[in-house]
Amino acid sequence: MSGSTASLIEVRALSCVRGSARLFSGLDLILGAGELMHVAGANGSGKTSLLRILCGLSEPASGEVRWRGAPAASVRDDWRSGLLYLGHRNAVKDDFTPLENLRASAAIAGDTTPGDVLLRALVDIGLGARLDVPARSLSQGQRRRVALARLLADTRSALWILDEPFTALDTGAVAVLSRAMAAHLARGGAIVYTTHQPVDINAARRQTLNLDDFS
Amino acid sequence: MIGVFLSVMRRDLLLAWRRRSDMLTTLGFFLLVTSLFPLGVGPEPEQLSHIASGVMWVAALLATLLSVQRLFESDEADGTLEQMLLSVEPLAVIVLAKVCAYWLLTGLPLVVMAPLIALQFNLTPDETLIACATLLIGSPTLSLLGAVGASLTLGLRGGGALIALLVLPLYAPLLIFGAGAVDAWRAGLGVQSHFALLGACLLVALAVCPLASAAALRIAQD
Repeated sequence: MSGSTASLIEVRALSCVRGSARLFSGLDLILGAGELMHVAGANGSGKTSLLRILCGLSEPASGEVRWRGAPAASVRDDWRSGLLYLGHRNAVKDDFTPLENLRASAAIAGDTTPGDVLLRALVDIGLGARLDVPARSLSQGQRRRVALARLLADTRSALWILDEPFTALDTGAVAVLSRAMAAHLARGGAIVYTTHQPVDINAARRQTLNLDDFS
Repeated sequence: MIGVFLSVMRRDLLLAWRRRSDMLTTLGFFLLVTSLFPLGVGPEPEQLSHIASGVMWVAALLATLLSVQRLFESDEADGTLEQMLLSVEPLAVIVLAKVCAYWLLTGLPLVVMAPLIALQFNLTPDETLIACATLLIGSPTLSLLGAVGASLTLGLRGGGALIALLVLPLYAPLLIFGAGAVDAWRAGLGVQSHFALLGACLLVALAVCPLASAAALRIAQD
């Protein structure tokens, strides 16, 4: 990839405070195109807080986030349109079917992916037989799949920020998701993710960031 | 921008349609509260027609207050709000779409129901028309101000009481202009100024409230 030398997202001297506790400080990271970053650390070490700072949902206590080399706050629109964040909450409505959910998520994100692409993503992630049922009658893992189907339909975002994407998934779905992640990296995208499960993702360049080193 | 406005509005309307019972509670509350007054103050037609527009307005703003606190609740609980904050579309537009859907589901039914309530209070057809028109112009402002209160109190324990303290003082001018219109008409004065003031409140609220609400939501999610 030609852009592999330029950084996609970069943070310098980042520190995060929650309540009266300092979660981490002095954290630097650089992530370029095609790179996979696994954020590790014990429970409560600030993994979710770091991911929320990387996508702009939270403000860091100190330090700087840069998007494609510019201060992220000054290129906010470009930053938002370049990332896709999936938190541990699924953003799935009980009263909507999987397709309605996926359409609503795409619309809210301002993403104009056509309906047949969304439908194919749901079939690919193994919800083909459950397309017409409201999400309230889906299992926890199936609801997670509805949220993750956005990744399969996504071609716009450069950076995926995934908080515990493999939670509640069976081995089949884990395989589909890790293939989608590998494909995103091969396209020149980058991924930051957290997980407590060992999952093999095919990536040419990978980093591991252990937050326990920065506490 | 129009695209996201329409799709968020359609989404909220569809969600509400799938949970119709939620919508009926607000309407039931409005009907019940207004029906209690004739029972409480006695059936003298003269007295009832004097308090009619005030009672309708107070009931409408309490009904709004009761339901508006749930405006962002489910989106916050399931993580949709995070996705709204991360959208490339302006958050204020998404908020405005949600408020529009909310008004169509709770404000507009109150306006439609108002003539029925006016009957209980012995209002003349002219007075009924004026009362309904004030509610039609005033209730969107109630929804918009309520949305700001809802985003400021989102995720707080005891948010229900707090939203009342925050929003009710802001509702006071609307109540004065709205309920005063029928009295002014009965006294033979023009009602034009009341409508002009209600309209002005609506325009200011339309311009300011979505932005204020969006800012409050960003702070609440930090």
